Amino acid sequence: MLFTSYEFLLFLLVVFIMYYLLPGRAQWSFLLLASYAFYFMCDPRYLIFIMVTTVTTFFAAKKISDKKESFDAWFKEHKKEYEKEERKALKAKEHAAEKKIFLACLLLNLGILAVTKYTNFTIANINGIMASFGRPDGFSFVDLIIPMGISFYTFQSMGYLIDVFNGKFKAQDNLFKFALFVSFFPQLVQGPISRYADLSQTLYEEHKFDWRTVSFGLERILWGFFKKLVIADRILVAVQAIIADPDTYNGFYAFAGAMFYALELYADFTGGIDITIGVAETMGIKVTENFIRPYFSKNIKEYWNRWHITMGTWFTDYIFYPISASQFMMKLSKKSRARLGNNLGKRVPVYLSSFIVWFTTGIWHGASWNFIVWGLGNFVVIMISQELEPFYRWFHSKVHVDGTFGWRLFQVIRTVLIMSSLRMFDCYRDVPLTFKMFGSIFTDSSLAQLTPAAFTGMGITGFDYAVVFVGMLILITVSLIGRSGSVRGKIATCAEPVRFIIWYGLFMATLIFGAYGIGYSASQFIYNQF
Amino acid sequence: MKKFISIILILAITLTGIFFTTKLLEPKYMTGILEGAMIGEYYDDPTDHDVVFIGDCELYENISPVYLWENYGINSYIRGSAQQLIWQSYYLAEETIKREHPDMIVFNVLSMKYNEPQNEAYNRMTIDGMKWSKSKVGSINASMTEDEHFIEYLFPILRYHSRWSDLNSDDFKYLLHRDKVSFNGYYMRVDVKEATDVPEGRPLADYQFGDNAYYYLDKLTKLCKDNDVKLVLVKAPTLYPYWYEEWDKQMVDYAKENNLTYINFLEAQDEMGLDWTKDTYDGGLHLNLAGAEKLSKYFGDILSKDMKVPDRRGDAALEKYWKTVEARYEAEIDRQNTNLERYGNVHGEDED
Repeated sequence: MLFTSYEFLLFLLVVFIMYYLLPGRAQWSFLLLASYAFYFMCDPRYLIFIMVTTVTTFFAAKKISDKKESFDAWFKEHKKEYEKEERKALKAKEHAAEKKIFLACLLLNLGILAVTKYTNFTIANINGIMASFGRPDGFSFVDLIIPMGISFYTFQSMGYLIDVFNGKFKAQDNLFKFALFVSFFPQLVQGPISRYADLSQTLYEEHKFDWRTVSFGLERILWGFFKKLVIADRILVAVQAIIADPDTYNGFYAFAGAMFYALELYADFTGGIDITIGVAETMGIKVTENFIRPYFSKNIKEYWNRWHITMGTWFTDYIFYPISASQFMMKLSKKSRARLGNNLGKRVPVYLSSFIVWFTTGIWHGASWNFIVWGLGNFVVIMISQELEPFYRWFHSKVHVDGTFGWRLFQVIRTVLIMSSLRMFDCYRDVPLTFKMFGSIFTDSSLAQLTPAAFTGMGITGFDYAVVFVGMLILITVSLIGRSGSVRGKIATCAEPVRFIIWYGLFMATLIFGAYGIGYSASQFIYNQF
Repeated sequence: MKKFISIILILAITLTGIFFTTKLLEPKYMTGILEGAMIGEYYDDPTDHDVVFIGDCELYENISPVYLWENYGINSYIRGSAQQLIWQSYYLAEETIKREHPDMIVFNVLSMKYNEPQNEAYNRMTIDGMKWSKSKVGSINASMTEDEHFIEYLFPILRYHSRWSDLNSDDFKYLLHRDKVSFNGYYMRVDVKEATDVPEGRPLADYQFGDNAYYYLDKLTKLCKDNDVKLVLVKAPTLYPYWYEEWDKQMVDYAKENNLTYINFLEAQDEMGLDWTKDTYDGGLHLNLAGAEKLSKYFGDILSKDMKVPDRRGDAALEKYWKTVEARYEAEIDRQNTNLERYGNVHGEDED
């Protein structure tokens, strides 16, 4: 069920009405029911996968948590009976026992993710290797279900398991409450990847109807629909036309395609997250923000702190830090410092950890080499950027442009250009073609390509470009206003007629200029496929 | 109180805005494809028709109610629309019977060849013009293709929003009213394009009409019987879409089984004097005015003499009404003939 479908809107209306009609103590149970109904309507078979993840994670976390609790209680009582070394050994034994449960659950769930998403990718690679050794008759591909949003809910569940294992909080006692945390429908298919400690604060609470909260939620939903339907789905046609015909659309078109895709992806993904957060907000539930004006970032590192934030922090907290702090890395650090010197040696474990993080980030996005190379591309850019730090410091000591509007603008444009170039890997069918098209920007661009007829030949008209352009200006304006505080908060302080004109205008603009219904193919949110 | 007034005001402005935007964006069908406006026109006319024709272009382009009135005093109307499917005809018949209870309904059987929903654009041209009723809801539900949604019929702005870039002066001119485009449902063409090389129908794998088509034909038959309305099945005399003998036999059998009259006008072409070099405007697909008046004369004789449809000339109210239709009819003949002379087509300079 697409967020932009009539069915979803009807579903939402029914859920919303029922949610506030029910007694407060029944609200979370109803949300669980609604979430499972939502997933069932997407495809009934998906339920098996999410149930397996839910049940295994719940019981594993509960077992770990209970063991931890009983051990801590026992240890507190008996620790004086043991010597320091014995105490250490007891703790290690307990930790090892918990780790067994933890690893079993982790491997099972990551295994499900790996099998469903990466089996055919693995087969394709094995077949490729076999073919290069003169064995063209490779393995057949398998027809597997890939449950919608499996990457999101698996990561969310595993984050919870890791936190419980690390003793950050006690495991949830109620299976159904935990099931709601995993399956909460607004964020089920495209995130954000919420943390239990954050989401649980409002997810299970009783919520009374509050007009301000509800209206803020509705405004956020409307803004999400505007981004998705008016901007993303309208420019999507041109993006698809450029990607589908690389022989025709090379050179400057490839550059235009990369820019269009940057806009489409931003409007699509942030629009989807706006709808998610808005839907949750109408029910009084707070979902973590996933974007903070990422295209205003000064560099790629900052960009990744502001784009798909919950994914970035997940990889940082659950992969980068554990790997960096692992015994292997400690040993590596020691060795590399000894061999390469302190300055260079200390970077080896950091860079290796980063490499692993970006490799997994890439493959998390999709089972293809395009995404892996995209992830590693990000790694390379960030590493180069770090290595160039001394040069930047030297440059700014000589040229005093830092802090000026011009320099800031240059930085923002540079970030957008780099990220858009890397994202070309999302678009084209394979890595060599992506490099070829990127290269064509520099070798095949010509002024002759810049004709209006060429751009209106991509399936969208001059009117469509005008709508996208105006939509983009509105996006930029809202982002600029948002730098000094909540835009909705600011609108709320305006006089009633002004507020009405703003929201009614946005509603009518979405209704009229949205790319939906007959004549437009219903487009899935890009991040639904991850 | 102030809060209450502001809520009412907000609701009123919102709904008014949506209403006018919908009206603006809806297709008007005042030029070019006129067929989309024909179903809606019906509601403006007096409602005591003796004969109502229900069906596709084989009726609304081939029979002239004006001719039937002028020559037989038959007060009739064609509730026709492009590619009208049998379930749409059924629901139009249901609505018509509820609204005015005619003595006779004439149904063109070509649509029996369709067993499933076909085309969204044609659905719209038939259904959009209907007033909201149980019949309209039934027609929507029976007609929707896979891509369609009921809510888009309920709120047409959801369907027509993308017309914002196609708006023209007609959309503003006809924001709240429409001109008449037909003559009691008849779509007139005076030009000629002779029928040459009429192909035989290609063999079909299965000539049996579908279950769904028969289901609605049965419903139509029952509806008419239950309401004491005479149902007449006809097949217009146009050359194609090809009407197979196997199809014809099924209709003959059906009429016999259900005690209905079925007239295949294809078999009476010579009798009515149809000349395919002169009586069609599109090579045999539809009749032009000359052809339509020949068919109307032939059928008018049957309706009047055999079926005893009353001559209502002399009814002052009807005379007055038909006078206005006749005046428009004659004016349209003049307009099309003038355009033919000047521009070589009936539409005139600005249209193709």
